Amino acid sequence: MSVHVSPTSTYVKVFLTLILLTATTVWVAFYDFGILNNVIALGIAFAKATVVVLFFMHVKWSSPLIKLIAGAGVVWLVILILFTLGDYLTRTIHYTAPPI
Amino acid sequence: MSEATSTGYPEENYLTQGSTLKSWLLTTDHKRIGVLYLLTISVFFLLGGLFAAGIRLELATPQGDLVQPETYNRMFTMHGILMIFFFLIPSIPATLGNFLIPLQIGAKDVAFPRLNLASWYIFVIGGCFTLWALVSGGVDTGWTFYTPFSTLFSNSHVLPAALGVFITGFSSILTGLNFIVTIHRMRAPGLTWFKLPLFIWSHYATSLIQVLGTPVVAITIVLVAFERVFHLGIFDPSVGGDPVLFQHLFWFYSHPAVYIMILPGMGVISEVVATFSRKRIFGYKFMAFAVLAIAVLGFFVWGHHMFVSTQSVYAGTVFSVLTMLVAIPSAVKVFNWTATMYNGAVSWDTPMLYAIGFIGLFTIGGLTGVMLGTMGIDIHVHDTYFVVAHFHYVMVGGAIMAFLAGIHYWWPKIAGKTYPVFWSKLAALIVFIGFNLTFFPQFLLGYMGMPRRYHAYPEEFQVLNVLSSAGATVLGVGYLLPVIYLTYSFFFGARCAQNPWGAVGLEWETTSPPPTLNFDEIPTVTGEVYDYSPKKEAQVV
Amino acid sequence: MSSSHAHAPGLAHHFDSYEQQRQSASLGMWLFVAQEIMFFGGLFTAYLIYRLMNPVVFAVASSELEIKWGALNTGVLILSSLTMALAVRMAQLGKRKAIVGFLCLTLLLGLTFVGVKAIEYTNKWHHHLVPGEHFSFHLSPTEIGALQSHGIDVSDPAQAYYVQSRAEMFFSLYFAMTGLHALHMLIGIGLILYILRPAWKGRFNLDNHNFVEGFGLYWHFVDIVWIFLFPLLYLLGRHLPHA
Repeated sequence: MSVHVSPTSTYVKVFLTLILLTATTVWVAFYDFGILNNVIALGIAFAKATVVVLFFMHVKWSSPLIKLIAGAGVVWLVILILFTLGDYLTRTIHYTAPPI
Repeated sequence: MSEATSTGYPEENYLTQGSTLKSWLLTTDHKRIGVLYLLTISVFFLLGGLFAAGIRLELATPQGDLVQPETYNRMFTMHGILMIFFFLIPSIPATLGNFLIPLQIGAKDVAFPRLNLASWYIFVIGGCFTLWALVSGGVDTGWTFYTPFSTLFSNSHVLPAALGVFITGFSSILTGLNFIVTIHRMRAPGLTWFKLPLFIWSHYATSLIQVLGTPVVAITIVLVAFERVFHLGIFDPSVGGDPVLFQHLFWFYSHPAVYIMILPGMGVISEVVATFSRKRIFGYKFMAFAVLAIAVLGFFVWGHHMFVSTQSVYAGTVFSVLTMLVAIPSAVKVFNWTATMYNGAVSWDTPMLYAIGFIGLFTIGGLTGVMLGTMGIDIHVHDTYFVVAHFHYVMVGGAIMAFLAGIHYWWPKIAGKTYPVFWSKLAALIVFIGFNLTFFPQFLLGYMGMPRRYHAYPEEFQVLNVLSSAGATVLGVGYLLPVIYLTYSFFFGARCAQNPWGAVGLEWETTSPPPTLNFDEIPTVTGEVYDYSPKKEAQVV
Repeated sequence: MSSSHAHAPGLAHHFDSYEQQRQSASLGMWLFVAQEIMFFGGLFTAYLIYRLMNPVVFAVASSELEIKWGALNTGVLILSSLTMALAVRMAQLGKRKAIVGFLCLTLLLGLTFVGVKAIEYTNKWHHHLVPGEHFSFHLSPTEIGALQSHGIDVSDPAQAYYVQSRAEMFFSLYFAMTGLHALHMLIGIGLILYILRPAWKGRFNLDNHNFVEGFGLYWHFVDIVWIFLFPLLYLLGRHLPHA
């Protein structure tokens, strides 16, 4: 398996995309879209991370095994977050609730 | 064990490549690093064992008459920290795994030999911090470092102990990383995945847990340290922190850590059972997938340590059901070992005695685990000796029995020497009897309601406690015997044949002890794994 | 077998080929990245849980962060990822001087990031926003109004304590997360300094540039952590006090 060498133009395009997404996320943050603010901010963060992983980190051209390992890291983090959240979201008693 | 003919023993092997201290401390040979680990963890095992002895001595009488309550707290904490982080977790992977993985896959070394040595040094540095905590007075939080006690209230030496655990965690991560890469990239030509011994499969599964689980406990311990030093208050309920969040993060690693301790043991038992039954392991693919299933499922069950906390009862129910699922692949393992022995030509050599002991004790440990995974029972016996007995059946009856089985099975490979048959079989028997005498009464004590981690108890519990303490003495003798005869064997034992058990597997195709680069010529694999066909048998005999 | 390439430069004795060595290094580095994900993951989980428990106070507290510095640093870090990617590209092509050039640029950008972070930390110190004895979260009238509109009345001492303690927790997490990230940046800067010399001497060539590739993965990973830290810490709830 030979190494894939991306042209410089690809990297520059990726960079411009990332800057554009950053500008968007900052701009959106100042407007009130309710819960959508969180969705947009995290959605853009995931998009940026995906672009970095695929192009800067070459996962797009890597072996299935590398894709699997990269995916496993994310999936395991999701397990940790989801199951922990599952506890907090279904609790009937909140000991640290605000004193209101 | 048959002794060497004059031709079998290699005058040049990894042990003869320099005998200076420097040649050992700067080695990158995976076999020498395995031996370094073996020596180091033996020291930690001895220390942890001394604390266990102290605990059992105190509990021989109902009154707290031997040590102060504070001292007792420090004794069981140091026993837990030393045994779990510095003995059980590195026990089989870092010693036998290090020694055997490259040999079993036909490689010259692990993928990153210098990283391998660095892992050992990191382990030793972590150990030094723990010893620092120990000599400066010990820790009294329990090995679990539960907050807010560990962060706000404990006056003991939490910081060095936490730092020690944090540092040694990276040794574990890097060892796991090294093994995964080695198993993926360093296999001999023709050695496909389903020709790998189950020892390799189980180490692969273990390594996954080490890489994906350990970092979480590492960062959690950092937070505990920050909270203790800078009063950050992340787990402090008075400023809105939740101690149960600490438990989530802690058990996300520390439950899978149980499988770091037991899965390599299952790998050892698979090798031993196949060799001494002269049969291919029954249901090989099921066995391979079972270890992966245990490793993955193990990440979904951590909440069963928190039934008696503020954890939501719904989350508890989900964790409870998922916990019981782990019993399925575990049962597959037990059934298939038994089925391998069925109609096999079973021989009762020392490793096999330990292996059979393992299967029985692990079954008891595993089934009581299902009981504890049931919320109703767990709430009844939570924090009692029932729990203590359960995990000692898995950790001591399981992991340490497997470790001893492995050491006895591969000793001819490691040292190239024989050990006394009579004494080794006697030791196996003593360990089995001593173990059951120590820990079976604890099931009864726990079920009757004796809580763990107390230095005194009501008088009606004394008979069972005395039995347990007596058993611990027997167990101690059982552990001391191998240390003596194996040390003797290493220096003065008779040389053994290259393959004294007539076993199959790449590790037996090179000399015992192996040369530094393991094989004179890298083998090409054509046959099946565990190929104990009658034809092969004839060749061996 | 081993003797035939015993003198192959940069090929370790236990590997059979450069390809095997390269693939091992790449897999090893990716596993390291996976463990790094989990290492930061514990912190992210804690942050999410506490944010979920105290959404309003966390939103108000996060609007104390200076968005201009955060955005600037995001740009700096993305640019450094570009120069790092180009350094790796030059290594793949075996261009010695270009590798060193792009590594130096990356180094410069990394230092800029840490410098900006230092400015931010200093400002937090002056505004008494560093958790501990001197912590004091000063509320502006708009912030008091924002809290009030969500049912939190700071004239009640119990609720005022609630706001102060949860704001302190936000800054505890802020310093823990950005501090751990900055530590990774410093380690990255140290590693660049470490590989500049061998890069200049031509140690990284067509056959063996695994160290540059692996380091590139590390640098991009640290960038990704910041890509998540920036919205989570600086942006979420930014609109709230102004609504």
